[in-house]
Amino acid sequence: MPKRHDIRKILVIGSGPIVIGQAAEFDYAGTQACQALKEEGYEVVLVNSNPATIMTDPNMADKVYIEPLTLEFVSRIIRQERPDGLLATLGGQTGLNLAVELSDSGILKEYNVELLGTKLHSIQQAEDRDLFRNLMNDLNEPVPESAIVRNMDEAKAFVEHNGYPVIIRPAFTLGGTGGGIVHNEEEFLEITPAGLQASPVGQVLIEKSIAGFKEIEYEVMRDKNDTAIVVCNMENIDPVGIHTGDSIVVAPSQTLTDRDYQLLRNASLKIIRALEIEGGCNVQLALDPKSSQYYIIEVNPRVSRSSALASKATGYPIAKLAAKIAVGYTLDEVKNPVTGTTYACFEPALDYIVTKIPRWPFDKFEGANRKLGTQMKATGEVMAIGRNFEESLLKAVRSLEISAYHLETKEKQQTKSQVEENILRADDERLFFIAEALRMGITVEEIHEWTKIDPFFLEKLHGIILLENRVKERKNDLSILQKAKEKGFSDRWIAKAWEIDEYELYHMRKNENVMPVFKMVDTCAAEFESATPYYYGTYGEEDESVITDKKSVVVLGSGPIRIGQGIEFDYATVHTVWAIQEAGYEAIIINNNPETVSTDFSMSDKLYFEPLTVEDVMHVIEHENPEGVIVQFGGQTAINLSEELERRGIKILGTSLDSMDLAEDRERFERVMEQLEIPQPAGKTAFSVTDAVKIASSIGYPVLVRPSYVLGGRAMEIVYQESELLQYMENAARVNPDHPVLVDRYLEGKEIEVDAISDGNDVFIPGMMEHIERAGVHSGDSIAVYPPQTLPETIKQKIIDRTISIAKGLKIIGLLNIQFVWHKEEVYVLEVNPRSSRTVPFLSKITGVPMANVATKVILGESLQTQGYQTGYQKEAEEVSVKVPVFSFAKLRRVDTYLGPEMKSTGEVMGRDKNLQKALYKGLIASGMKIPSYGTVLFTVADKDKSEALEMVKRFYEIGYTIMATEGTAHIIEKEGIPVDVVGKIGSKGRNLLDVIRKGEVQFVVNTLTKGKIPARDGFRIRRECAEGGVVCLTNLDTSVALLEVLESISFSAHALSSFTQNEKVFV
Amino acid sequence: MKRYLILEDGTIFNGLAFGSQRESSGEVVFTTSMTGYQEVLTDPSYCDQIIVFTYPLIGNYGINRSDYESIRPATSGIIVNEHAEFPSHHEGMQSLSSWLTAKDIPGLYGIDTRKLTRKIREHGTLKGKLSNTIDNAPEIINELNASPLIVNQVMKVSTKTPYHLPNSGYRVVVVDFGVKSGMLRELSRRLCDVIVVPFNTSAADIIRLQPDGVLLSNGPGDPKEVQPGIKMIQELLSHNIPILGICLGHQLLALACGADTEKLKFGHRGSNHPVKDLSTGKIALTSQNHGYSVTEHSLAHSDLELTHQAVNDGTVEGLKHKVKPAFSIQYHPEASPGPHDSNVIFDEFMSLIKTTKKEGLMHYA
Repeated sequence: MPKRHDIRKILVIGSGPIVIGQAAEFDYAGTQACQALKEEGYEVVLVNSNPATIMTDPNMADKVYIEPLTLEFVSRIIRQERPDGLLATLGGQTGLNLAVELSDSGILKEYNVELLGTKLHSIQQAEDRDLFRNLMNDLNEPVPESAIVRNMDEAKAFVEHNGYPVIIRPAFTLGGTGGGIVHNEEEFLEITPAGLQASPVGQVLIEKSIAGFKEIEYEVMRDKNDTAIVVCNMENIDPVGIHTGDSIVVAPSQTLTDRDYQLLRNASLKIIRALEIEGGCNVQLALDPKSSQYYIIEVNPRVSRSSALASKATGYPIAKLAAKIAVGYTLDEVKNPVTGTTYACFEPALDYIVTKIPRWPFDKFEGANRKLGTQMKATGEVMAIGRNFEESLLKAVRSLEISAYHLETKEKQQTKSQVEENILRADDERLFFIAEALRMGITVEEIHEWTKIDPFFLEKLHGIILLENRVKERKNDLSILQKAKEKGFSDRWIAKAWEIDEYELYHMRKNENVMPVFKMVDTCAAEFESATPYYYGTYGEEDESVITDKKSVVVLGSGPIRIGQGIEFDYATVHTVWAIQEAGYEAIIINNNPETVSTDFSMSDKLYFEPLTVEDVMHVIEHENPEGVIVQFGGQTAINLSEELERRGIKILGTSLDSMDLAEDRERFERVMEQLEIPQPAGKTAFSVTDAVKIASSIGYPVLVRPSYVLGGRAMEIVYQESELLQYMENAARVNPDHPVLVDRYLEGKEIEVDAISDGNDVFIPGMMEHIERAGVHSGDSIAVYPPQTLPETIKQKIIDRTISIAKGLKIIGLLNIQFVWHKEEVYVLEVNPRSSRTVPFLSKITGVPMANVATKVILGESLQTQGYQTGYQKEAEEVSVKVPVFSFAKLRRVDTYLGPEMKSTGEVMGRDKNLQKALYKGLIASGMKIPSYGTVLFTVADKDKSEALEMVKRFYEIGYTIMATEGTAHIIEKEGIPVDVVGKIGSKGRNLLDVIRKGEVQFVVNTLTKGKIPARDGFRIRRECAEGGVVCLTNLDTSVALLEVLESISFSAHALSSFTQNEKVFV
Repeated sequence: MKRYLILEDGTIFNGLAFGSQRESSGEVVFTTSMTGYQEVLTDPSYCDQIIVFTYPLIGNYGINRSDYESIRPATSGIIVNEHAEFPSHHEGMQSLSSWLTAKDIPGLYGIDTRKLTRKIREHGTLKGKLSNTIDNAPEIINELNASPLIVNQVMKVSTKTPYHLPNSGYRVVVVDFGVKSGMLRELSRRLCDVIVVPFNTSAADIIRLQPDGVLLSNGPGDPKEVQPGIKMIQELLSHNIPILGICLGHQLLALACGADTEKLKFGHRGSNHPVKDLSTGKIALTSQNHGYSVTEHSLAHSDLELTHQAVNDGTVEGLKHKVKPAFSIQYHPEASPGPHDSNVIFDEFMSLIKTTKKEGLMHYA
């Protein structure tokens, strides 16, 4: 059955902003889908609120709408575009939910829009807990027994019938407080009553525990002809109990017999056939390690993070085929794009092992609860490919960029009981603690008891530890070197063990030919000839990566998605690849992130799926012998490699290493700024506490303090007085001559961000953005507005002039990003990043300048002039665009949500309209905020903010909002004659703050940070309560004002007529 | 201990020994199955072949008591990238290497198996020798080139005497050309009263057993060498006895009906081969293990009709006799290892028996 001709125009829904659990994988899926549909000649209309994606590039679809993914806005688009079909299964949970909403609203029916791919009833059957259980019962497929119980008798009846262990989950409590795993009667009698007590409705969900079972996933596809295949199966090293997104996963499964494999395959296929999935689907299963008993955990009736991983792990493009299936193709009609000769209707055979390790944000959030469980916490992941498990695991470890180059923790010298405790806690570092335990002589059996990790994997880890010892014992022994390299050991670790320089070791390997070869990922284990340009390095005999005559350029990707280095950098990387190709070179990319578009092998001429470490990158470069390497689009990851690459004789294209150093070395940078006569906030480096106090008092409070050795705003704080400074120095900084602290004058003012392109002669500025939040909030967490709304021309001109002189002064070739602060008629430079920035995709889209593309061509020698650009600032667009940050606070427990110098957002959305209020409205709505035109706003603000807050209170009252506040604040408000609903502070009797938040009695909370004496505990609890209860909590007055302005623009204030007053009659 | 694979084209792979110390030679073939090494190693169709596993980690779950496809493995050797020293599975009884030692099968590991696979893909299957030395490599290479492919493997793996697996259902005579246990398991599951007979049993002897149906099993080697089988099938057809041919059995049915077979360059061996049922248009993922194939154009000279086709290379995967109650498939519906998608083939065989019985066309005289 060929493709359908009765549909012509298709609306594709993207997944919106990047949040934990829904990330770059949907840009990859959406981009593939759009390309696949266009390839088939359909008119594609795309809607997504996330500007930082490749899929929202104008050339990806016939029409791209960057609008909020809400019923209101998407309905508007449907009315305007009148599509024939809607494809929602590639937009994650967001896409599915929206499809359901659209269908429920009746608009799909009204405009005769057909939902393509998997049908709605199938989606509901897979997603609704009861419907799903019923279906599984009908199919005779086991699901863990569970029941909702209201008392001890019911609970007892359940355990009598189903046995221990069971999981007790109190209903309607946040984060499962009061529940737990019950292994025996004693625990049962203790935990069950507590659970019933903890639940506000007196109910607990009691479920048979399958924690410790093997967790296996099957990525399956089905077409309308009922052909169903398994693309890939994966085994979680971490057994059931830890979310698969937070588990270390290998593909294919390692410890399943063929009978096990087929048992679970049959179950998976039976389920997708029963659900009548048309497209991709993910089935998660649990298999008893001691028998053939299995359970179905969950089914995702759409492409998912796992399907992106499976696509990269096998080479099989699931999303692309899901799109083709949605328009009527069957699997046997579509060619396997990898081999080009065989068909998509087959099951890939792997001849390597893939390991995925999640990347967690705990380096940013030190206070966060790091324990892993059923709520996913990772922001990204890395994947590595090897010909043995050890190689694939160790490559993945060093891809993480957590300063780990081997299975080693930073914390040394632990006792056995500490290690045991750490392993039992099951946090993000468990893998490293296991290695440590093995080094201490703790047996595989013991660790298996603690973790339930299959001994197969633990033995492999043990093998790594044994090999470590042999490497240490036999310095400079080539045979052991060969062995260690085959097992994935890094040069860095071996060099350390042998106490030689890493570069020296590399030389030695090169001379002795202990070098890797590159093998192809071809979906078929070499059975058929393929021409896929997708490679990985391994220590084998035959190299399959053929070098062409064409000149090439290597681009370094940005590695795993993390807070501070998100999808924006992948966006720039992909554009660089395209620009390199346009300029007539072969574009070669090295990256290790399985979720992204840049690691889609069809994007570049060659993809090397390798760790981004000097060693691994050097292997590729020496093999390919490119013209040079481009580092400025891969974020800090790539920049960090450039020094060592240059030392090893590799040409860095674009801005020179020296210029990058100039921008990053504080002292050198200060000197240049002085020469260029560009002011910077006063500041100095403090080597002791007294130093710090002296500096602060000389430059004046408030000051911005941060440790010099920490990047990206970590542990950065604004302090307003000496007592706070002392406290900071004591708690956060631990200052000493090796670890100085930077003390800078904090200038309160407007923050302005500029991205520019320089070719050495000309400096072109496509746009500048003004931040809504005053300086002090990390630029990534601020709402950015283009074009600036409040800047006088004179200030703009200063910014333009200074940008140009900085670009020239630093001899930038390519992109640069500058942050300025406008403080009392002067413009100070805060920071210069000699590279692509987070705002490049946003700015590219709204200014129409493909910045990464232009910059790449500049880097390759094509001047701005020849590309049609010249020095100066591009004329500003009429429409206003805002970039609004999106956070994942609900998923990260114990993380404080207040906005400060340290970045916390995971994603962004864009709002664009005729004026600022409308744009903000869209942006805020798109970010997930609900904006009701009436409701209650709760104020709990620090003393220093009270007068500013009072102005806001008045305006909220004006538009009909009820004001709520705690006593102190309420008093001031009442004095202004505004009625206020007083609530108690935390811990007070009667109705208190937390109650009203928990019960959803408030729509907005304005909470600003009290710094100083008490470590803001109450504020923290308020903010967490909001995060978990889904109440909007604004911790910055500027954001609050912005919201208020939006509310004002959509509300009408109601005024009673003035009464007739006799005395003041005016007669003419 | 070092061990080498020496190929007829002169290539030498330098690796390490495991399993038996014995040296051995055979046709080097590769399989892409990622699981099911125990079933593969005990599949009699691999007689006199050295099996290369493209999946690099073999032996992870050890050897268990259930996954045997025959009691005596017939393979000449095994080549892997890595074999698991510490297998882990609740059913596992011993490690792959200790089992290989016990079964006297030599193994080679630590070579670039992907390179070897690509060589076989380019060149076609090669004769090779697992040798413990390369001192006499030139002689070995000459020897390999001079010797023809080993023949008459069916004789080696077929049962020498008939045996009975009594049950209450249809009587099915299985002609053992190298039968996998999986086929017997599927028949037993359908309550068939199975009698397994040697490959060279005459049609008369089979008919004397009064079968309701005959299953022609899988087996190793070139079908054209199994002449007695071809003649036997022709006679069975004339008695209208329902026949199911699988793998080698399928090729023999084709030859018996006047069609032809040919050797494939490197065969089909793996668990991921899509096959299309031409009557329904449905696709099944199948388990395959064959080096020979029925040529499609030769079907014109026979009473056979093409029913199944490989999606990838279009080769013949299933046939049906236009008049007689006989059909056959090239792939393995009993799986083990591989997908169970085609299990229904055995049900179809049961229906064929049933309808044939009802029609009363079958005769034993």
